Amino acid sequence: MTSAQSIADRSEAPGAPIWLRYASPQTFFPLAGALIPWFAAAAALLCAFGLYLAFFVAPTDFQQGEAYRVIFIHVPAAWMSMFLYVVMAFWAGLGLVLNTRLSGMMASAIAPTGAMFTFVALWSGALWGKPTWGTWWVWDARLTSELILLFLYFGFIALKAAIPDPRRADRAGAILALVGVVNIPIIYFSVQWWNTLHQGASVSLTRAPAMAKTMLLGMLVMALAAWMYSFAVCFARVRSIILERERDAAWVESMRSNR
Amino acid sequence: MFASFALVVRRDLLVALRRKGDALNVLVFFIIVASLFPLGVGPEPNQLRAMAPGVVWVAALLAALLSLPRLFAADHVDGTLEQMLIAAHPLAAIVIGKVAAHWIVAGLPLALLAPLLGVQYDLPAAALGVLTLAVLIGTPVLSLIGAVGAALTLGLRGAGVLMGLLVLPLYIPVLIFGAGAVTASLAGLDPAPHLSLLGAFLAVCSFVGPWAACAALRVSLD
Repeated sequence: MTSAQSIADRSEAPGAPIWLRYASPQTFFPLAGALIPWFAAAAALLCAFGLYLAFFVAPTDFQQGEAYRVIFIHVPAAWMSMFLYVVMAFWAGLGLVLNTRLSGMMASAIAPTGAMFTFVALWSGALWGKPTWGTWWVWDARLTSELILLFLYFGFIALKAAIPDPRRADRAGAILALVGVVNIPIIYFSVQWWNTLHQGASVSLTRAPAMAKTMLLGMLVMALAAWMYSFAVCFARVRSIILERERDAAWVESMRSNR
Repeated sequence: MFASFALVVRRDLLVALRRKGDALNVLVFFIIVASLFPLGVGPEPNQLRAMAPGVVWVAALLAALLSLPRLFAADHVDGTLEQMLIAAHPLAAIVIGKVAAHWIVAGLPLALLAPLLGVQYDLPAAALGVLTLAVLIGTPVLSLIGAVGAALTLGLRGAGVLMGLLVLPLYIPVLIFGAGAVTASLAGLDPAPHLSLLGAFLAVCSFVGPWAACAALRVSLD
């Protein structure tokens, strides 16, 4: 318990280093609120630019025609789904080790966005698969791994929702997220080897190894837009979680009475 | 430390012997589920032979899942688990003991029954042997991973289904390689790589499983 006290005390002390100062929900709440509009604006601008690149600048694909353009949604969504899982596991693990409340709240805030990106990746992938492979779904290594990632997100969200005590929920979720993070490469490789052994994998999602520069740029811009969007949405969600969990704190009371 | 492990194994086996119904229900569930598929899919022998590895393994996974609540829940309800947590013995030894006893009661019988179910699906003798070996290596992994899930959902409402949601994605690699070993044997290929990977999972989970389960127990019982 000394860890929690020392961080809480040190974060509120004057002259605390930045990473410690904002470790307390009370100080992070206004910071997040101030940053959200910037991230949202960045996301909107990058998304507009990225979609412009996607539809007007990137050339028509030699093999797939116009249908390939879903790659500008599909690939950034898939990247974000995996990235956000690692970020979520990181914050959850940090909360477990250092016993900080805000880390657990941040992990809870990230999970729904991560799950959403996973679902978008699966859905857009199906929409891409139909015209190009002729089927909505195949048990390809990457699709299967992405589906299992969705299950892992659901499990994390379900576990947190099922435990009434928020601190216990944070710690239990952290253990689950960390076990999941270890399991993700195992799942990916096992599914990859399973597929190679059974079907002699002929389907691959990374078409166009020599990708036109504009296509790559569009994908990167959309990925950056998705990242900015994640920041904005996760910060907004964490603010709600902070208000909910800290509702008995003095600063929340004074905020409510000042309105 | 080995003394506490042996003590816990002996105690859990005694408790299981006194309530034989729990363990037997799980085995009967295993048999019933594996028998449902031919009834649903039709008696075509080639089709059944092809689906046998997957079906038997999925049934084993579900049976293992059903047996998990008995790992910690009964002790939690009457306070024994808390005593184990504050005992002078290392919690890891106690958890490994409980998992070992759970495997002897709920995992080993699955491995012994699997060839019988394989016969139902007209698997050849070599494939039956590979199936038994694969389930024998795989079920301790299921118990170890399941221990983490059981510890995380201790005392929660709807714990059974929630545990399934948490644990089944983590079971998937075991399923893939366990069924893959038998399918390889059916195709005339060498099942050794699959079995080796199962062994590797067992080695990793023997270390990670009890550690994570101990952490989860402390979280759930604070």
